[in-house]
Amino acid sequence: MIEQLATLAPGPFHWLSLTVLLFAIGIYGILTRRNAVGILMAVELALNSGAMNFVVFNKYVAPSAVDGQIMAIFVIAIAAAEVVVGMAIFVTLFGHRRTVDVTRMDQITDAAGTN
Amino acid sequence: MEHELGFALRNAWLILAIPFFSFLVVGLFIRPRAPKLAGIVATLAVFASAGFAYALAVEYLSLGGHDGWKTIVPWSFEWLRFQEHLAVHIGVIVDPISVLLMVVVTTVSSLVHLYSLGYMHGEAGFGRYFTWLNLFTFSMLALVTAPNILQMYVAWELVGASSFCLIGYYFEKPSAVEASKKAFIVTRFADLGFLLGVLILGYFGYQIASEAGGSAQAFDFLFLTNPEVMGKFSALGAGLFGIPLLTLALLLVYMGGAGKSAMFPLHIWLPDAMEGPTPVSALIHAATMVVAGVYLVARLFPLFATSGDALLVVAYIGAFTSVFAAVIACTQDDIKRVLAYSTLSQLGYMMFALGVASFEHPLGYTASMFHLFTHAFFKALLFLGAGSVIHAVHSNEIWKMGGLKAKMPVTHATFAIATLAIAGIWPFAGFFSKDEILAAALGSGHTGIFTLGLMVAGLTAFYMSRIYFVTFWGKAKTEHASHAHESPWIMLIPLVILAVLSIGAGFVPFGEFVRFGAAHGEAHGINPMIAAAGTLAGVLGIGFAWLLYRDGLAERSGVIARALGGGYRLIRNKFYFDELYLFVTHKIIFRLVAAPIAWFDRHVVDGGVNLSGWSARVFGSAVSYLQTGQVQTYGSWFVGGAVLLLFSLWMLRA
Repeated sequence: MIEQLATLAPGPFHWLSLTVLLFAIGIYGILTRRNAVGILMAVELALNSGAMNFVVFNKYVAPSAVDGQIMAIFVIAIAAAEVVVGMAIFVTLFGHRRTVDVTRMDQITDAAGTN
Repeated sequence: MEHELGFALRNAWLILAIPFFSFLVVGLFIRPRAPKLAGIVATLAVFASAGFAYALAVEYLSLGGHDGWKTIVPWSFEWLRFQEHLAVHIGVIVDPISVLLMVVVTTVSSLVHLYSLGYMHGEAGFGRYFTWLNLFTFSMLALVTAPNILQMYVAWELVGASSFCLIGYYFEKPSAVEASKKAFIVTRFADLGFLLGVLILGYFGYQIASEAGGSAQAFDFLFLTNPEVMGKFSALGAGLFGIPLLTLALLLVYMGGAGKSAMFPLHIWLPDAMEGPTPVSALIHAATMVVAGVYLVARLFPLFATSGDALLVVAYIGAFTSVFAAVIACTQDDIKRVLAYSTLSQLGYMMFALGVASFEHPLGYTASMFHLFTHAFFKALLFLGAGSVIHAVHSNEIWKMGGLKAKMPVTHATFAIATLAIAGIWPFAGFFSKDEILAAALGSGHTGIFTLGLMVAGLTAFYMSRIYFVTFWGKAKTEHASHAHESPWIMLIPLVILAVLSIGAGFVPFGEFVRFGAAHGEAHGINPMIAAAGTLAGVLGIGFAWLLYRDGLAERSGVIARALGGGYRLIRNKFYFDELYLFVTHKIIFRLVAAPIAWFDRHVVDGGVNLSGWSARVFGSAVSYLQTGQVQTYGSWFVGGAVLLLFSLWMLRA
């Protein structure tokens, strides 16, 4: 049973497949979501796939070092900061436009939104 | 040439600079503010250049000329450099004919300026008139002082342009606009030939100059008329249609000269050019600009003489024009038109005088320049006198004048002097120059041309006396004519000065100053036989006119007109040349050549241009759908591209 479980233990291929899948879902979300918050969530997915890549390669390429794990923590920290800034922008945007639908954010010409 | 030159020769550039700067200052600064002052400044400037021209002439003549006059270029600078031996200089050439022309141009121009102060008094555009007149004076001086053929060409176009502006001076009058366009287009068309001739001369001249090395410049007159160079030119052999290249080039150059000098068949613009103010006709279309063609042939005379055939063409066209125009002049009723045809005829005289000259018999060269000199004075006088009459009677029609003898004594006297001068009666200037031309024609063996010349002398005397009698004798035929009174003194002074010149100019020992080659015996003295024949022709002409026109009534002269019938109508309508030209241009050139070209332009050329514009627009609007302004769309393209790139790299991996 234990041995069976050991053979089922995921290898680098599995982990990398997971991160690619995660990244692809993230990109898909970024390109298709109309709600800005949804886009932000998709960006989080893409970032986390990147962070997971660091950990995976750390484990399989240089198991004695912790550089990849440190980078993952950096990514998480920066993602948290980015969410704060992004959400702040969206709140302000919502205050102005009563919407966070990105397809309607196509006017950079004038602040008054005359057209 | 190395020895000390006098002030005027050392500063020869002033001859061009004075009228040019006066033109700029008058035109740009004085004219808009004070038109009256513009006239005065312009006149003073031209008088100053006249004084300078006299000083230059005196200095040049004092250099002596017993072994032939030297040609000097006291001032020039390089303007355009195409090749080492193909550079264009702007400069001043000083030789007998350029000095002659400088004196004539500045004298007549200054007198015409003075006269115009009175004649144009109170006209709108007074300042504009003097500006153009100054520009014309500058251009004409640049033309006569040109040391190379390209400067001459530039000045040639400048006189054409200023002539255009002055013929069209009354631009609110449609006929004046038509006339100015006609003059410009006809002479411009002729100048096309001139340009081609210059290019041929320049092309082969450059080859010859490169062989010669040194400082030879292909466009320089001194280079072109160098005997050695001329020998090389005539050795060039056949060009187009088996015509020798030199002859071809000279005929093309002559085409320009014939256009400016209104030789048949390019004569049609000159009578119409009389739409300009009368002093302009006197200056430009009688005394100076129209002799540019004669001057051009004289300038290149050694080349023409080398070619021979080209000179024969000059002679026959000149002789034909002189008869042709004299016949038409007999039937015209507009005083200025008669004078215009008379100018044509006299220009023909000068041309055939040059044409009959050769290396062996160079008298025609002197005679032509002599006639140019005397003609400038008496023809300017005739025009200014006609202007004075028109000013008083307010009409150009001779049949609306009459009886002005007592009312305008000064005008009458000076006009009579000019008439006698052009009729070739001793001791007036025309006698001497015409006699010399006839002697040259006979002496060189052109008996036919001599006979034609004699005939023209008679006709000239006839038609000039005709307008003289009808204008001044008999009774006043209109209200205006009976109330006519003498013109102001400012207009009479130039008349009197020109009258004095018309009497005195003949006594100048002209052959001493202007001659081709060494001194020749024929120039001196007068052949009694030729003089008698010429005078007889003149007296007959005057007598005949006296018989017909002495009381200035049309009935008597009508007899001849009726007798001639259709022939008279043909002559009176100038042999329908204007109609012929209109037919050729409208029916043939416009319809058969211009119309298909216009169609091609409108449909094929414009169509092509429109197609390229249209296709760019369609492509642009198609592509513009890609520009949604949505970052997500762009991102999709980016991701798609990146995937495609990675996929293709993966497929292509080695």
